[in-house]
Amino acid sequence: MPCNIRSALPTITISLSATSAYADFRFNLQPAVTPIATEIYDLHNLILLVCLAIFIVVFGVMFYALYKHRKSVGHSPAQFSHNTKLEVVWTIIPFFILVGMAYPTTQTILRMKTVENTDMSIKVTGRQWYWEYEYMDAGVNYVSNLATPRDQIDNKAAKTPHYLLEVDQPMVVPTGKKVRLLLTASDVIHSWWIPAFGVKQDAIPGFINEAWFQVDKPGIYRGQCAELCGVGHGFMPIVVEAKPQEEYDAWLKNQKAQLAATAEAATKDYTLDELKTRGETIFNSRCAACHQANGQGIPGVFPPLVGGAAFANQDTLKRLAERGFAKDGKIVLGPKDKHLDIVMHGIPGTAMQGLGAQMTDLEVAAVITYERNSWGNKTGDMLQPKEVAAVRKSKG
Amino acid sequence: MATTTLHDAHHDAHPTGVMRWLTSTNHKDIGTLYLWFSFIMFLFAGGLAMLIRAELFQPGLQFFQPNLFNQFTTMHGLIMIFGAIMPAFVGFANWQIPMMIGAPDMAFPRLNNWSFWLLPAAASLLLMSFLMPGGAAAGGWTMYPPLFIQGGMSYDMTIFAIHIMGLSSIIGSINIITTILNMRTPGMTMMKMPIFVWTWLITAFLLLSAMPVLASAVTMLLTDRHFGTYFFNAAGGGDPVMFQHIFWFFGHPEVYIMILPAFGILSSIIPTFSRKPLFGYDSMVYATAAIALLSFLVWAHHMFTVGMPAASQLFFMYATMLIAIPTGVKVFNWTATMWRGSITFETPMLFAIAVVCLFTIGGFSGLVLAIVPVDIQLQDTYYVVAHFHYVLFSGAAMSIMAGVYYWLPKWTGHMYDERLGKIHFWLTTIAFNVTFFPMHFIGLAGMPRRIPDYALQFAEFNMLQSIGSFVLGASQLLFLYTVIKCIRGGATAGDRPWEGADSLEWTLTSPPPYHSFQTAPAFK
Ligand SMILES: [Cu+2]
Ligand SMILES: [Cu+2]
Repeated sequence: MPCNIRSALPTITISLSATSAYADFRFNLQPAVTPIATEIYDLHNLILLVCLAIFIVVFGVMFYALYKHRKSVGHSPAQFSHNTKLEVVWTIIPFFILVGMAYPTTQTILRMKTVENTDMSIKVTGRQWYWEYEYMDAGVNYVSNLATPRDQIDNKAAKTPHYLLEVDQPMVVPTGKKVRLLLTASDVIHSWWIPAFGVKQDAIPGFINEAWFQVDKPGIYRGQCAELCGVGHGFMPIVVEAKPQEEYDAWLKNQKAQLAATAEAATKDYTLDELKTRGETIFNSRCAACHQANGQGIPGVFPPLVGGAAFANQDTLKRLAERGFAKDGKIVLGPKDKHLDIVMHGIPGTAMQGLGAQMTDLEVAAVITYERNSWGNKTGDMLQPKEVAAVRKSKG
Repeated sequence: MATTTLHDAHHDAHPTGVMRWLTSTNHKDIGTLYLWFSFIMFLFAGGLAMLIRAELFQPGLQFFQPNLFNQFTTMHGLIMIFGAIMPAFVGFANWQIPMMIGAPDMAFPRLNNWSFWLLPAAASLLLMSFLMPGGAAAGGWTMYPPLFIQGGMSYDMTIFAIHIMGLSSIIGSINIITTILNMRTPGMTMMKMPIFVWTWLITAFLLLSAMPVLASAVTMLLTDRHFGTYFFNAAGGGDPVMFQHIFWFFGHPEVYIMILPAFGILSSIIPTFSRKPLFGYDSMVYATAAIALLSFLVWAHHMFTVGMPAASQLFFMYATMLIAIPTGVKVFNWTATMWRGSITFETPMLFAIAVVCLFTIGGFSGLVLAIVPVDIQLQDTYYVVAHFHYVLFSGAAMSIMAGVYYWLPKWTGHMYDERLGKIHFWLTTIAFNVTFFPMHFIGLAGMPRRIPDYALQFAEFNMLQSIGSFVLGASQLLFLYTVIKCIRGGATAGDRPWEGADSLEWTLTSPPPYHSFQTAPAFK
């Protein structure tokens, strides 16, 4: 039965929105690529049609009355105010309609909630404001950031087709495999959502939630964070690339090689310029949402990184002063070791979280070097990945 | 207090000017204060909505940075709910309940004064929070931790504002319950009360049970923020999801707090303009009570994505679906009331018909959202935004407008300008649908709510919605003008301007005397 409904609705959809490049999901749910999403698509259409039918019947009657029983056509009012039989009937019929809806729904819910016999597990961590993926069976992990350039958001450059729905490194999964997700968050609640999979699961700090999906069709699937998580909430998309097993294996191998290369890169020495260039990219994707690309922060909310600027949030100022980053209500550039400490471990009680666990030694070194030598900060200080590694070793 | 002695000595000598309003213990004056307060808040929060729609007019960040945008959405929600909708209904309760049950005034007039004057204090806390460093609260009106724990001082001001508004609601509902239970004219048994009075009685009990729960939830937020507790912080053994359970235990009854009095207004208007008694009075009362009871059993339908076991999802889904039955009964009753009536289409009736249609759409989208697997797709998307605006704008706010047009002749003694009223009606109804109907589509297509910027496939609908919203906003200025014009003058209304109206307030003069019923009126 649901199949007929399915074929009817997209026809309407397409004919209504023929002008759009996204015709197939402008009016209805996005095309489903997992069994669960397909079931959801059918369920929604079924319920929509039932509601539509009831609406037409009830308001057909009402508008008939509004038209025929007008005073202006001389209709004189009847005075009845009860009809027990009718009232019983229209209480009972909806009950059975609801039971009819509940039955297929219950089955879908039970299928969604059965996370069994999965082929692989990926741990998903939501952070303000990007996602981190850890392939539990393969020992690969990386973060996935918004890839849309700031200029497009600020209307300084033309917007490309996947505006706000593109990331630097997507989650990659093999097709035809049952993938289990273990979701958590490090700061506030986020929600991992890919409409085409029919998966939306909150990622909650301190808790681990489960979800699963199986994609059979290779392709790139896009979604967004679905739980308000602060200023970057609109800017933490989710992209999943489903590849055939061989391509997935090749990707995994490459990913492992990259991890090894990163480890190797951390042992080298870099010049100031090399570090600054790397640091700028990292800063813009990780830090600029709060501290802004020009390092000015947002007054009262996120402190500037440029010495001298005034900043109004007394609580934060106090914490910065304890670390040597503020004097007399002004921000100053504090000592290098404290700078490293803040980036690695955050400032408890503020939105600044420790990034040590998610960044490589090289990334930490580069971003700190960039911050200490940009926007008018001219310390000439350099931090080498080796130094970061040493601190990591001594303090963890 | 001086006013009370004055009342006792001379019934017609009351303070004038500012003092009249500051010290008033009169149910009509206080009702007027509530209604004006609510209208000012409605315009302010509506203004915030216009700013939101301006930013969303096109993709990209045009006018506001995300931090400010989030403040707008948060404050729009809080102020509309606690500043505009709820006080407006209390304003109706104040004006109408004593007149409808044949009482001289509310049971506790001084408490009544206090419950109103708490509101401006709370509102100024909310408004001033925009001036704090970092701006107003930006964590969403739902105030979920841990995000809400991160904010600055304005978040504390928001918490205190909610405490104060909750206090005001609790005092107000105690007053309403006492008035209804004790001050009805002889012969008016419970099952003969006007439905509006019934809906408010039940609403008042909902308020009494729900507001303390909200107060405790925000108090826990406050202690988590400042006093080292860990109610909602997993690192200290707390649970962020517990907040959501407590919040929505308040939040779902809150939805009915905002809609049951609207049902009461509709049930007054529809029989009047159909010139026929309300169909199924008893089942209306039972349906209202059933909705109120069920509203305490469905809260977790707002939280289907937090990761609850299938058994909980099923329980909350079934319970939520059940609410469709009493709600359906109400819609059927209204339809049956119109059936074979003698219907005319004055502005209040136009609004009432539109509310029944549009609220039903909101009810259907609510049913769609109750279906757990579908909700998983639609949770936190624009579909939800469409749903609750069909319920709260075309359900609650447009009922308030209907009620204002309906009773304005009684309150002022003048007829409002019917032509302007109808223009206001059509502009509001059309613009409302242009604004909110496409939100179903972009929600289905996958646009999350509470985002300041969006992907390109949502651009056309967003532009359309923004245009609709600007018209919708501007139309409310016409409403303001029509109301002021009616207060200033107009055709004399007479005691009973509506042919089909038959509750007790229509036996009084228009405007009614200072103490509505000095002696208990006869009631058959
Ligand atoms: Cu988010
Ligand atoms: Cu609810």
